[in-house]
Formats: sequence, structure tokens, C-alpha cells
Amino acid sequence: MAVVSVPRDPAKPRRNPIRAFVNDNRRAFSAGLILIIMLASFTLANPSVFTNPLTYRSVFVTLPVAIFLVVPLVFIITGGEIDLAFPATMGFSSWAFAIAVRDGWDPFAAMAVAVVLGLLLGSLIGMLVVYANLSSLIATIGMNFFLRGLINIGAQGFSIAIPDLRKTFMYSVFSGGANAAIPYQMFWALGFVLLGWFLYNRHRFGARVHCVGDNPDSSAEMGINVKRVRISLFMFVGVGAALAGVFSVLINFVWWPTTGDGFLLPALAAVFVGGTPAWGGVGTLVGGAVGSTIVSFIETGVIAAGLTGFYTQFFYGLIIILSLIGHRFNGRRYR
Amino acid sequence: MSKRLVELKSVTKSYGNVNAVENVSLYVDEGEVLGLIGDNGAGKSTLIKILSGVHAPDSGEIYVKGQKVSRWNAAKSREAGIETVYQDRALVAQQTIVRNIFMGREITNFLGFMDMKKQHSEAERLMREIGFTSKVFNPSSLVATLSGGERQGVAIARALYYDADLIILDEPTTALSLTETQKVFSFIQAVKDKGRSVIFIGHNIYHVYDIADRFAVLDRGKVVLEALKSEVPSAEILIQNMHSIARTGHIGAEPVELRGGIRLGDN
Ligand SMILES: Nc1ncnc2c1ncn2[C@@H]1O[C@H](COP(=O)(O)OP(=O)(O)OP(=O)(O)O)[C@@H](O)[C@H]1O
Ligand SMILES: [Mg+2]
Repeated sequence: MAVVSVPRDPAKPRRNPIRAFVNDNRRAFSAGLILIIMLASFTLANPSVFTNPLTYRSVFVTLPVAIFLVVPLVFIITGGEIDLAFPATMGFSSWAFAIAVRDGWDPFAAMAVAVVLGLLLGSLIGMLVVYANLSSLIATIGMNFFLRGLINIGAQGFSIAIPDLRKTFMYSVFSGGANAAIPYQMFWALGFVLLGWFLYNRHRFGARVHCVGDNPDSSAEMGINVKRVRISLFMFVGVGAALAGVFSVLINFVWWPTTGDGFLLPALAAVFVGGTPAWGGVGTLVGGAVGSTIVSFIETGVIAAGLTGFYTQFFYGLIIILSLIGHRFNGRRYR
Repeated sequence: MSKRLVELKSVTKSYGNVNAVENVSLYVDEGEVLGLIGDNGAGKSTLIKILSGVHAPDSGEIYVKGQKVSRWNAAKSREAGIETVYQDRALVAQQTIVRNIFMGREITNFLGFMDMKKQHSEAERLMREIGFTSKVFNPSSLVATLSGGERQGVAIARALYYDADLIILDEPTTALSLTETQKVFSFIQAVKDKGRSVIFIGHNIYHVYDIADRFAVLDRGKVVLEALKSEVPSAEILIQNMHSIARTGHIGAEPVELRGGIRLGDN
């Protein structure tokens, strides 16, 4: 008699593709939901302003600056590190950009200089954290003060105005579209998000960033060069900060010794509001872009809803706390 | 005579003032299963981590396929064909099974971009062939959602995926049922049949006795006994020797019948 063996069901577990997609991107979706709720509330408060495309356009002018900061910040927080020196890096590289343009350099070349400087500052910060084995939280606070201090000493409180930038070809490429519905810098920012998305989700580098942030010991045991990944993260933040600095000068035609300072908390808030948790190993890049949009809308929204600027911080706080509570219930924590 | 695959020569490693491994020389031949045994804290894991490149030794030399290696690290050891199942499993719990299997060795298309489809299908196949579970695996599951034995299955499957020349298993069966333990032994046998080598660390001497061709006993960082299976008549004899080593620090305090030549540690 043959022994009857019951074959195991060879069928794959059936997953509803839409459900799977939503499930895989639940953090980004809940960030999107928060944005929609927020916009709906603003629209209820002041329908005429929030149905006017110009309101959105004014947000799109400055949103790109936040996006250039937030995309690499999502990477570094996923990687289990933090960089609080990005405001000073932003100020420092855009300083170089402003000086170069003022002194008659080609703005494209000036931008390249700024990006290289951001990369160098990022690698300097990264090597300090990684090789001296310092806490990135504390070391980068120190670096932020240190670099800003150098700016203050060097600039002696003077800003650099470069109104002629508006007439350059470089300006029309990166920051043109004054009469278009969407200013051109927004397309560059979206391109940066797209690039970031592929790097984060489809590239070896993104995969290793997730692994290192999840468990650096396991990563090292499996042959991932943890130090190199960490330094690369700081370099990426440096490049993002430099781009943010250049775009901020392109928008304002002025470099201030304080350029970048105001972004410290809003940019970090955007990462967390977007659904990336603080503990490392997981995150969402699209969520980070959505988070930037939420944070950028708060200021416009509060004013447009008829409140004075005194309410801005109150609403920042309210929206950040509410969205963190929302994410807490949405995303399960495996750790 | 079989060929040396890897060899450690006079390797020493200390953590602060703890001498975890002291002047150890050890080799593994091609097609051989080496059983590495010893009490808790004897230095077994430290020793294999030196071989796999996770820890740099304080002194001593490492030879792989006859070549002395320099600036040895975990990435290089994997490239050289050494795969390891670490005692801590070396998994990243918040990531998918796919990411865990390919971490540090992603399948890429161009410019470092990953072949997601291939990674997924390979992981699915691997988990079907090796994974320790009765349920059908979805390679997109997070490792954090798996049971302890299932996680161990992921770590073992990962080591078996690459047709490695040497597979190091550091207590691979601790969380496993009898069935799964048998499965691990049949995998080891299959690896050996292909002419590959294995280092097996375990606390169950009967298991180690069954699976290994040769034994090395580590005690307080030193190799105190090395013997071929043909020299040790039974697992009981091996256990008796280990007892007497633990009591006296060396063999021979009590009459223990070992056939043939036993080599004491060099010091
Ligand atoms: N990272 C570390 N830092 C400090 N000491 C360590 C470290 N890892 C191991 N040790 C010490 O080194 C010695 C050897 O440890 P090891 O993990 O190699 O032992 P083992 O033989 O694998 O033990 P077990 O059977 O319990 O796994 C122990 O005394 C341990 O306390
Ligand atoms: Mg051990």
C-alpha cells in the first residue's frame, strides 16, 4: 500500500494587491490623510483663500527648500543617526554660493562649489561622529554651533544681497516660472524626491541604511561597512543642506548670516509628521515629502485662515502632536 | 590528503582584560565537518568571529585557501566563500525576509539598483526549500513577526543560499524542534557531500559527535583537545574527556580511553 501523503497547499498566500500596497505604505498614507484633514480644516475656516490657486503657489515657492532638507533627513534617521548641524551646513554652503555669485562667478559653478562644500562639511561631521565614536545627537549640536560661529565671525553680521541673480540663465532654470502655476523649483524638488525614493527603496544603499538603522551589529556581521554607510548619510545631508541653501538664496536674492537657522525644528518635525519614527530601521520618503508640505502649509494656513502670526507656533505644536498620536496608532512598532 | 581550506595560526584576542582566545591554532580541511565544543564563555564564538572577519585578532595569522589574508573583514570573508550563522542570528527584525537574506549581498541590476523581482523569487524558493515552518512563507513578511525557530530558519537559509566553501554554524539548533534539528543535520550532510566544509558549534555533544569528522575542544580560550572521530570511540568518551578538562584544565587526570593520537593544545 502506498503511503498517502497530503501535499501542502503550494498556492502562494493570496494578497489583494491594493491592500498590500496600502499596507506597505501605511505610514505615507497616514501622513497624506493628515495633510487632507489639515487642508480641509483650513478651507472650512476660509473657503475663498483655500480655493485660490495663488495660496498653493505661495507655498510651492518655499516648499522646495524644506524638501531638499527633509529627503536626506529621512535617510539619516532611518539609519539610526541624526544630524542637527544641517542648518549651519546650509548657511555655510549658501554663503559660498552668495560670495561666488557676488564676485562674478558663473552661478552654475557657484552652485557646484556650494554642493561640494556641503559634501565636505557632511563628511567632516560624519567622520567626527563615526571615527571619534561620538553621539551624533550631541556632536552635531556642537558642529551646528561651531559652523554657525564661523559664519558669524566671518560675516560680521553682514548679509549679501545679489539682486542680479534674477537676470541669470541659472536662475530661470532653477527658480523661474514666475508666471507659471507651479514655480520651477518645485519640479527640481519633486525630482529630488523621486531620486530619493529610488535610492531609499530600490538601491543597495537604501537597503543597507535600513539594515544599519535596524541593527548595526547584525549589519556588521553580514559584511555591511557600517562606518561607511553612516558617513555617507552625513554626506547626503550635507548635499541636501547645500541645495536647500542655494535654493533659499535663489528665492530671496539675499544670503543672511542666519540662513538655515529657522529650518532646524520645522525640517525635523516634517520627517516625524511624515511618518518616519525616531528609532531607526524604518521610515518613509514619500511621507517625508508629505510632512514637508504639511509643515510648509501651517504658516500660510494660519495667516490665511485669518489668525495672526502669533498662532503659528501653537498650530505647529498641535499638528505635530496630533499626527504623532495618529502614527502611533497606525504603525505597529516591532522592536 | 585533503587540502587546507582555512587555518588560524596562533590567534589571540582579548576584550579588555578578558582573554577570550589565547594563542589558538586551528584548521579546517576541504569537505570536513569540524565540531567545536567547550563550556559557556570558552571563546568559541569569538574564535569563529575572528575567522569570519567580524573581530580582528590582537595577534596571529589567518590563512584562506593557502593565502595569508590581511585587513580581514566580514565582507571579504563572505567574498572568499565563508558564510556564517551567528549565535545572535544577525537578523534585522524590522525588515522583510527578502532584505534579511540579501543584506550585504544584494542582487543588483545596474549602478547598485536591486533586482527586486529576482530577490523576491529567490527568497521565496529558498524559504520553501529550507524555511522552518508549516505555513506558506511570504518573503515580504517582517522577521519580527516570525517565531524564534522560523527566524533561525531565515539565518540558516541565508547561509545556505550561496554555495559557500565553508559554512560556520554557531549553535544553530538551540531554538529548534527535533524535526527541524534533523533537517539542519541533513543540510550539513548535503553541504559535506558537495565537498564543502562546515564548522559546527554545539552544546549537545551527541549531536556534535554524530555530525562532525573531527573535534576541537576549547577551554578558557585555549584548544585543549583535538581529535579525529576515528580516535574517539563514542560520544560518552568525548563527554568524559570534557569533564576532566573542566575539572583539571587538561586531559589525562583520569584514565580515559581514547584511541590513537590526541594532540594537546600547544601550551
Ligand atoms: N563583545 C564582548 N565584549 C567583552 N567581552 C566579551 C565580548 N564577547 C565575548 N566576551 C567574553 O569573551 C569570552 C568568550 O566569549 P565567547 O562568546 O567567545 O564564548 P562562547 O564559547 O561562544 O560561549 P557560549 O557557549 O556561551 O556561546 C567570555 O568570557 C565573554 O564574557
Ligand atoms: Mg558562543
